[in-house]
Amino acid sequence: MATRRLPHWVDVVFVPLLSILIAFVISGVVIWYVGQDPVRAVQVMVNGALGSSYGWGYTLYYATNFMFTGLAVAVAFQARLFNIGGEGQALLGGLGVALVCLYLPWPHWSLALIAATLGAALFGAAWAAVPGYLQARRGSHIVITTIMFNFIAAALLNWALVTQLRPTGSMDPSSPRFPEETRLPRLHEMLDLFGIPFSRATPANVTLLVALLACVLVWYLLWRTRLGYQIRAFGHSEQAAVYAGISPVRITMYVMVISGALAGLMAINSVLGAQGRLVLNAVEGAGFIGIAVALMGRSHPFGVFLAAMLFGFLYQGGGELAFEMSIPRELVVVIQALVILFTGALDNLVRMPIERVWAALQRRRA
Amino acid sequence: MDWIAIIQILDSTMRLATPLLLACLAGLYSERAGVFDIGLEGKILAAAFFSAGAAALSGSVWIGLAAGMTASVFLSLVHGLASITFRGNQLISGVAINFLAAGLTVVIAENWFRMGGRTPSLTGDARFQRLTLPFAEQLADVPVIGPLYSVLLSGHSILVYVALLCVPLTWWVLFRTRFGLRLRAVGENPAAVDTAGVSVIWLRYAAVMIAGVLCGLAGAYLATGLAAGFVKDMSAGRGFIALAALIFAKWRPWHALGAVFLFGFLEAVANRYQSIDLGGVTVPVQFMEALPYILTVVILAGFVGRAVPPKAGGAPYVKER
Repeated sequence: MATRRLPHWVDVVFVPLLSILIAFVISGVVIWYVGQDPVRAVQVMVNGALGSSYGWGYTLYYATNFMFTGLAVAVAFQARLFNIGGEGQALLGGLGVALVCLYLPWPHWSLALIAATLGAALFGAAWAAVPGYLQARRGSHIVITTIMFNFIAAALLNWALVTQLRPTGSMDPSSPRFPEETRLPRLHEMLDLFGIPFSRATPANVTLLVALLACVLVWYLLWRTRLGYQIRAFGHSEQAAVYAGISPVRITMYVMVISGALAGLMAINSVLGAQGRLVLNAVEGAGFIGIAVALMGRSHPFGVFLAAMLFGFLYQGGGELAFEMSIPRELVVVIQALVILFTGALDNLVRMPIERVWAALQRRRA
Repeated sequence: MDWIAIIQILDSTMRLATPLLLACLAGLYSERAGVFDIGLEGKILAAAFFSAGAAALSGSVWIGLAAGMTASVFLSLVHGLASITFRGNQLISGVAINFLAAGLTVVIAENWFRMGGRTPSLTGDARFQRLTLPFAEQLADVPVIGPLYSVLLSGHSILVYVALLCVPLTWWVLFRTRFGLRLRAVGENPAAVDTAGVSVIWLRYAAVMIAGVLCGLAGAYLATGLAAGFVKDMSAGRGFIALAALIFAKWRPWHALGAVFLFGFLEAVANRYQSIDLGGVTVPVQFMEALPYILTVVILAGFVGRAVPPKAGGAPYVKER
């Protein structure tokens, strides 16, 4: 089997790119089926997402969400744990942000940002810790428990907004607005300092920098610390890790807490940065997109960054499609599904033939 | 609460439990054969749209049913291809199928009907009609058992009775036939089945296909029996509740019936009352909605009776060389 081993670049670059290409071609077929021109659809998407600073603002805003949720799934993947609960953890993170911003006074946005980060991370981590504990100690399958926790989180948030946080007399199930002092600087305000003009109408904000920092920190954690080494060793082979003295319970708990905290952090961007209040649908499926992002990014923080940018582009561009070409927004969900299918579940569909070709090439050379 | 109110709640429990029951049995076949299926939700949704869409276009609910089942079986094939043939991750494949259905149903619905991702309301032959069991009208006025028979048991669409019949049928297939024995064996120890000269691949495909057919029935009932047409995301987490019921039932058919009735009952009560007063303590409706999931986590955690899944579940089978 040794000749079948693919070189590293084929494994991490070529195979995923080919998988994504297949996913995009099938998406093109769907566009063609609904009677639209796929080439024009791509033009509309590129133009809508990258053709103006307005488009870029939204693309970066979505990408910020997906970086957090993608990192959350990626960290868990490194330990071979599948955390589908990003959606629920992000919802709880939103609750954490709302409680911190509503019930404590903050003189300046920078302090509010730090507090919101802690609140979001703490709530998200706590929500992930329970399934983590049940997996580590009771052997309950983490995929099922995290799915269940998504629904429980949705019900909890619904209850909190409808019966507790909603201002009396308001029909809208959402929290009151956060105080003006907690408003995070928008991207255009930051770029104004450097004299760069940028659209004022986008929700992109300072959280983008927090997300980039999170990418770097996760990379550092996984490849430059003892814990990161243990996480990766555990993911590689649980038996070998146990033999090397790594406790599965400890690693599972650490990984789930970190993963949940990262998913929770998404709420700083959407709840504090963009909305300025907690609404019922604060996460908008970003927790699930994290799965596609992590798969596409091969669970590496840099890959997650690139994949998050791509999905940010798809999200913003997909919105423009609905405007300009009467293709529903849900097309993006189809693309997302195909990316998950081909880069995740059907990976071998691409890999097996390439391995065969590679082995044949090696034989000829030998 | 009077007798009639109780009967009405149980009647609505029966309707709400039907799609759960069909999906739960679908998961039962698949997981007993060692293939995890978290794509139940997506298959129900796809079947719901294609059954309602085809019924709306053709005017016949039976053509709708066939279309819904075809869509669901197609997604099952994708799942089989990914998780059996290409030995991919079954969970990731399930997630992909859920999103594929969520996206495609709306995109195609918009293309076919231009109604914002819905189908037109179904009427007449495009819907499953209620069947009246014999003597239901004559017995309606008899106290106690009258309503029990004429409201609770009679007056459902045919798929409700089909779903109920699927329970003994599933039990019989799984525990009294050679196919069933092999199917269960392949979920516990595929290598042993392979050694006996039976194809693991074929058995698993068969199980996944059966799951597709049952999810097709569940989706068709949802859109053409329970409701009168398709709306976006109408499966509303039922696939996951069915998954929860499956764990609750510990992968056994009769227990599955009990579990879906419990979860259907919770939904029926939550639909009828906004909050429930239990001796001074008010239970919010959101708690009722979350209860199936909470119960499942408790069961999974093994605090009340441990749920142990089939041993080979989730692992692709690689033949030894």
